[in-house]
Amino acid sequence: MQLCSFPAIDFSRQQGVGAPVWHGRAASGGELHEFALAAKEVGARITAIWGADRRARGEGFRLHCVFGIEAGHAWVSLDLPAEAPCYPDLADVFTAANRMQRATRDMVGIANAGGDQRPWLRHGGWPADWYPLRHDAGDAPEFANRPTDYDFVKVGGEGAHEIPVGPIHAGIIEPGHFRFSVVGERVLRLEQRLGYQHKGVEKLFIGADIARGAQLVGRVSGDSACAYAWAYADAVEAACGAAAPPRGLALRALMLERERVANHLGDLGALGNDAAFAFGLTQFLRLKEDWVRLNATLFGHRFLFDRIVPGGVACDIDAAGLAAIVEQCGTIEIAVKELRELYDEHSGLQDRFVTTGIIDSDLARELSLSGMAARATGMLLDGRAHRQGYTPPAPYTALGVRPATDERGDVAARVAVRFDEIFESLRLLRLLAVGMPVGEFLTDVAPVANGAGLGVVEGWRGEVVVGVELDAEGRLARVHPHDPSWQAWPALEFAVLRDIVPDFPLINKSFNLSYSGVDL
Amino acid sequence: MIPLLRHIFRTGILTEPELPVADGAQREVERLHDELLGILGRALTIREVDAGSCNACELEVHAMNNPYYNLEGHGIKFVASPRHADMLLVSGPVTKNMENALLRAYECTPDPKLVVAIGDCGCDAGVFGKSYASCGAVSDVVPVDVRVPGCPPTPLAMMQGILAAVRKAK
Repeated sequence: MQLCSFPAIDFSRQQGVGAPVWHGRAASGGELHEFALAAKEVGARITAIWGADRRARGEGFRLHCVFGIEAGHAWVSLDLPAEAPCYPDLADVFTAANRMQRATRDMVGIANAGGDQRPWLRHGGWPADWYPLRHDAGDAPEFANRPTDYDFVKVGGEGAHEIPVGPIHAGIIEPGHFRFSVVGERVLRLEQRLGYQHKGVEKLFIGADIARGAQLVGRVSGDSACAYAWAYADAVEAACGAAAPPRGLALRALMLERERVANHLGDLGALGNDAAFAFGLTQFLRLKEDWVRLNATLFGHRFLFDRIVPGGVACDIDAAGLAAIVEQCGTIEIAVKELRELYDEHSGLQDRFVTTGIIDSDLARELSLSGMAARATGMLLDGRAHRQGYTPPAPYTALGVRPATDERGDVAARVAVRFDEIFESLRLLRLLAVGMPVGEFLTDVAPVANGAGLGVVEGWRGEVVVGVELDAEGRLARVHPHDPSWQAWPALEFAVLRDIVPDFPLINKSFNLSYSGVDL
Repeated sequence: MIPLLRHIFRTGILTEPELPVADGAQREVERLHDELLGILGRALTIREVDAGSCNACELEVHAMNNPYYNLEGHGIKFVASPRHADMLLVSGPVTKNMENALLRAYECTPDPKLVVAIGDCGCDAGVFGKSYASCGAVSDVVPVDVRVPGCPPTPLAMMQGILAAVRKAK
């Protein structure tokens, strides 16, 4: 079928119970670029870009692009020659393509013709002409690990100066570098340089079996372990023609919503703390501790690592466990309602939150933003909720998820959306617990040679995407995990522009983006 | 202000005085503060360095500061600069891209310069191992006093690791 009113690419719907995905092939780089233009025209966003080396199968390279469209996701693949693989720059259509293209070049050696040519994930630990994800890459050459100069955009003018921050930040947080160009305390420009967390996850998937892949994917970004594990499971199941049973799907949603609540609780506390309201941190961290302790009691892990697996989930829950979840939802709801009143009425806190770190919905669309931060600009975009032309995957189809939105686009909006999402998740958790289907929670997934699939899950930050390709032996040929932070990091660069340097920690925390998830 | 104070009063003190520990000893965490004072003559300051983790270890480091574990109430404080720190609490694996930053943080840390490696990845590189992008465990880059395994380690396990490092330095 045809998508985005673009007749040249014929798409077919991916099988399985996951989020709706259509796969198609572009005949040439030019056609891919034209599809990107057509997609942009109908309001689509770029979701992910990655490359694969298929020369070991006697082919060339393959570029994968995923676009978020009205009905779900369009996955477009483009075959490229074994010699000098190259495709047209897509960042002139979707600005969010910039860093993904640079990472694709660093990792696989597939180059975007034109556009930004600076390295992204490669800092100085390996040479520029060695590509880790090529099948013949072998061990990395002996190479002095020297930090290379990075070509930050310079801001000139009277009184303009730079504040370099990181990679090690002041707080207990992941590493990354922020280069502020300022006059006085007014921020003129923020440029991020990430990649410090790059630990070579994608290479570890190559040749691994499905179970080892599940273990790795849950550790791409620890705070989103459930979202990654579910997206990976969806992709593997689509590749192998399997489907998790209804109870397995309901338990996955239960775990994903618990992950969402845990993260929102922690961040709401930290947001209070960053505005000098330590009371908020203490109160919310207390609630979060209660929350993750019940995870440990019921599922054996505080952050639910390794509990969602291809085929379903790794552990079941009994009636007493479901009752404990329902009871805890009630307790937490009362406590969070009280805290929300205190937050809303605290003038000092609201003074810091309101009008700080604004991005509007036009900018959010331009940057292909998804998830909580996009909804805080008023966009009605939530992979769990029905919308015009889109049906969410099971078990959300039957839950009637009400997406939380706020049109202000500032820190206050992101705080409000997080509060609303906690209440909505608590409602969903009760529905899931009460209506838990009976039956099996896990089914066998037999690897299918050369299978491929794409999984999309609405994690607490936004859409987590995992692409999976199997080889002729049914082992993993290529796995690409994609974090919504790829799109949100550039949004943060814009969000600080109307504010002063001391507001940055607060704005940053209101997004709380993943470093590990994008550095891979 | 009154609703706020009422909320604080109603919440009460949540710090758990009798956390169970591996050797069966009770009130271990409560004694921590006294022991630390005895050893260092003052509170303990820690610089946490994430040298390549998946961020789950950091979630648990944050949890140590929640009212149940109340680390700061025991005289243990996280600081912004390694120059102000007695101890580095390092999660791994140490990525190639963080190797230099970790080495520099270590150089900047004054004596006793204790290093506690946290998480399976910090202890032995965990699921990520050594690779073109990973130097491996924390001890492959800087000397390590105590290792706290776990994926991620629990807040209590990390507190015990911190205490073990301080004892070792005695």
